[in-house]
Amino acid sequence: MSLLSVRDLHVNYHTRAGPVPAVRGADLDIAKGEVLGLAGESGCGKSTIAGALLRLLPAGTEVTGSIKLNGEDVLGMRPGRLRAVRWTETSIVFQGAMHSLNPVQRVGSQIAEAIVIHQQAGEKEARVRVGALLEQVGLPPRRIDDHPHELSGGQTQRVMIAMALACNPSLVIADEPTTALDVMVQAQVLKLLKDLQRDLGLAMLFITHDLSVLIEVCDRLAIMYAGRIVEDGPARSVFYESAHPYTKALAAAFPEIGESRFRMAPSGLPGDPPYPQELPSGCTFHPRCPVAFEACSHVDPRLFDVSPGWRAACLLVESAKGELDGADAGGGG
Amino acid sequence: MRPPPTSTEAPTTAPDAHIEPKGAPLTNPRAIARARRKAALGRVWREYRRNKMGMAGLIVLAIFVFVAIFAPLLASACGLDPTCPSTGPQLQPPTPKYPFGTDDLGRSVLTLTIWGTRISMMVGLIATMITMVIGTAVGLTAGYYGAWRETVLMRFTDWFLVIPFLPLAIVLASLLGPSFYTIIFVIGITSWPSSARVIRAQVLSLKTRSYVERARALGASDWHLVTRHILPNVGPLIFANTVLIVAVAILSESTLSFLGLGDPLHTSWGTILENAFGAGAPFAGNWWWVVPPGLAIVLLVLSFTMIGYALDDILNPKLRAR
Amino acid sequence: MSEHPQAAGQAALSESAPPLLDVRDLKVTFAGRVGLGAGLVGRKATLSRAVDGVSLQLREGEVLALAGESGCGKTTAARAIMGLEPPNEGQILFEGKPITRDLHAYRRRVQMVFQDPTGALNPRQTIYESVAEGLRIHRIHRGPNGETEEQLVAKALARAGMRPAERFFLNYPHELSGGQKQRVVIAGALVLDPRILVADEPVSNLDASVRGEILRLLLQLRDDLGLAILVVTHDLGLAWTIADRLAVMYLGRIVEIGPAEYVLTRALHPYTKALLNVVPEVGGLERPVLTGEPPDPTNIPPGCRFHPRCPAVASGKAAAAGVEPKCRGEDLGLVELRPGHFAACHLATVAVRGVAKSAGGS
Repeated sequence: MSLLSVRDLHVNYHTRAGPVPAVRGADLDIAKGEVLGLAGESGCGKSTIAGALLRLLPAGTEVTGSIKLNGEDVLGMRPGRLRAVRWTETSIVFQGAMHSLNPVQRVGSQIAEAIVIHQQAGEKEARVRVGALLEQVGLPPRRIDDHPHELSGGQTQRVMIAMALACNPSLVIADEPTTALDVMVQAQVLKLLKDLQRDLGLAMLFITHDLSVLIEVCDRLAIMYAGRIVEDGPARSVFYESAHPYTKALAAAFPEIGESRFRMAPSGLPGDPPYPQELPSGCTFHPRCPVAFEACSHVDPRLFDVSPGWRAACLLVESAKGELDGADAGGGG
Repeated sequence: MRPPPTSTEAPTTAPDAHIEPKGAPLTNPRAIARARRKAALGRVWREYRRNKMGMAGLIVLAIFVFVAIFAPLLASACGLDPTCPSTGPQLQPPTPKYPFGTDDLGRSVLTLTIWGTRISMMVGLIATMITMVIGTAVGLTAGYYGAWRETVLMRFTDWFLVIPFLPLAIVLASLLGPSFYTIIFVIGITSWPSSARVIRAQVLSLKTRSYVERARALGASDWHLVTRHILPNVGPLIFANTVLIVAVAILSESTLSFLGLGDPLHTSWGTILENAFGAGAPFAGNWWWVVPPGLAIVLLVLSFTMIGYALDDILNPKLRAR
Repeated sequence: MSEHPQAAGQAALSESAPPLLDVRDLKVTFAGRVGLGAGLVGRKATLSRAVDGVSLQLREGEVLALAGESGCGKTTAARAIMGLEPPNEGQILFEGKPITRDLHAYRRRVQMVFQDPTGALNPRQTIYESVAEGLRIHRIHRGPNGETEEQLVAKALARAGMRPAERFFLNYPHELSGGQKQRVVIAGALVLDPRILVADEPVSNLDASVRGEILRLLLQLRDDLGLAILVVTHDLGLAWTIADRLAVMYLGRIVEIGPAEYVLTRALHPYTKALLNVVPEVGGLERPVLTGEPPDPTNIPPGCRFHPRCPAVASGKAAAAGVEPKCRGEDLGLVELRPGHFAACHLATVAVRGVAKSAGGS
């Protein structure tokens, strides 16, 4: 049974201008100890999914579908159970650690806060655990009494990771954990995450816009575009043999140094990722797609199987052909 | 709505810009930009209309402005003079002839209140103008230039900030004689420091914006940067701040007049209250003499405050719920 | 002192023409604050040597990438080149003349593209006004062929890929996407017909799928207009994609410079190698990663400034080659180790030349 199972998730934000569909039907599965990467650009909905999993979205946001954590339905949980689940079973490492930490509180007590809130230990015992956690993330335990501003960017990110591990969760959601960091520090933090994941048997949902980072850390990869998952499968296959034209274009935006085909040949897509309020008809990617054809503008493809465990939402996938003929025969749309 | 993807594709419909007929050149982009700005103001107005608090404040303010402007038509000036034949019996509670009753000299309190609107509003507005001019000049200079100019100006500001309002007013009144000019002066020099600080803070944050750097990289002079980039972006803040300062100024004027520092020959709400208290109105139960001017002060100040908050909600980008 | 790198082997460049931009031993130092108490007891302000002796040359039609981590001084160097930051030492020569001679005229010839396209546009100005601003500041009312201001603005927008230009005149920045805003910023730079474009992280704030188009635009401008472009970036992949030459900076100095292909595939300096090592790719995490945070410019190590973190020193390779004492004690400048390819490294010098070079030698 998978640790996390999401089916047909829809999230609509309520704004003054009306409802905004941020996520339009997403399916996700993460097994114990597995690392799933979720990639996409602005407006695709990936951060919304992170918030939805622990019901951290603003009040009034409409969330429908099913989110099952260890078989338990998250959306139906009572507030008490939800609070208990938050952090002890699933925790989040946020982007921009500098802003997620209380500047006037010592980091040690901020980490201990999670432990104490969930009554896993008293204050003294919590402090001991915090020391151990700091060591685990590669920080000297004497940092326990530092304030956030006394630490560098990479160090505060390690504190965030320590905080996420404080209550021994089985699933860690990492939302752009290395985006604001320098390349060298980013490599250190990624290595740390990979080591921790392996040593503690953690399942991870790694959310980022940087596809190249995901290749290093993830077993499986899911690509989001305009609120939907457009491709998901084994990381290597998705990145190197992409079945969906968007994935191919996205992967090409992270060139491999030394590959002559990238030299003096920047590749990108025309136009911009669509706003959720103005989605194109048919396949939402078709206006920017280099290989779109006539049917793409009025058929919205679902995820078709490319091979077992690998799916892509594109009419060009082999298994889609049959469906397409059927749709044409039936009068399109 | 967004313009089409940028490439050599065939153009699709443009956003809500006025589409010029094909072949006709854009005759005067500056004039069209001005029209565009007016359209932007229209948008602000439409959004303002949706703000109930702001609209309530605006309506109340409009009433007071109307009363101030048309005071001579609403109540004869003669009514302010105790020797005028229209005066009635002294200290009379409200009757149909004198809806707000009369004071100890037989004058209609309604007439007094109507005429008091003029002075109270005018003093408030002039004092505010002084405050904003000084405050903006100091805040802008200190914030933009920084270095020694900032240090000197901010110390200067701090000095004025700590001047106690009331003792200064009393001292000046005794030196210059009680009058509304004294009051305007006192309010002006004690209110500008807080505005200066707020404006300076905003200018400091604007200075670091990339578009200011870009203009400098293009070769812009300080004057160009301040007038074209900094001021327009501080503008909304200044405007919202001004509205709130007016409220404070009117309240201050009423306070000072009440304490007897205003011109005894002219009527403002504060002087009405001064006379009322001087004659022992509250203790004698002559509520009709005290309530109308008091209520007028509260309503006018409240209206400015509500407008100020509404404007802040609309114009302050951080508060706008996107 | 650094020798001036000669960019050999660039087909489009003429060897005889002097470089368009010649930066010589540029130094920019920032002084920290000294509190009143500390000042009274004679404590001096900490000096941050953000740029500590940078020399480079830019030729017409050349794309030079200036790469490094944050804090290495690349942005400060770029701003000094733009005239936004006064240099403490060194010279910046444009077309052979120091820029301080006539900064206002220089500003017409060298323009900047910023990292954050949203911040770089005044939200209260229309696109037309933002692009026309340069013309108005320099009081240019007519183009070289008699064009009006509108025609110049339209031409710049079209060149930057915003077509049809007129339809964007009255838009405000918030109505455009990130990629479009960056094109507007580029148009604002193009309208003055510059010869050099300084691009500070031009695409790092944009969506990945949009970056390619902007980079392609920059290359096109180089091809069509002969623009020289100085790209400041932390992304070596970007340098691989568009740069002719690449300069790697560390702690205020250039530690390696040469043709981009060579620097990226046959790196000489251990720092460059370390940076290349951490570029993410499959199965990469088992590679050695540099430890520690990037050191700060107020406390520059003696000798080679990279030696405390250098993997070659740590692993003993430097000692084995006999250069470790030099690494610890002898500062050095760029040395031409292969044609057009320079590095500031004792070990690399020995490895390539077989003989250690001392500082200041020719």
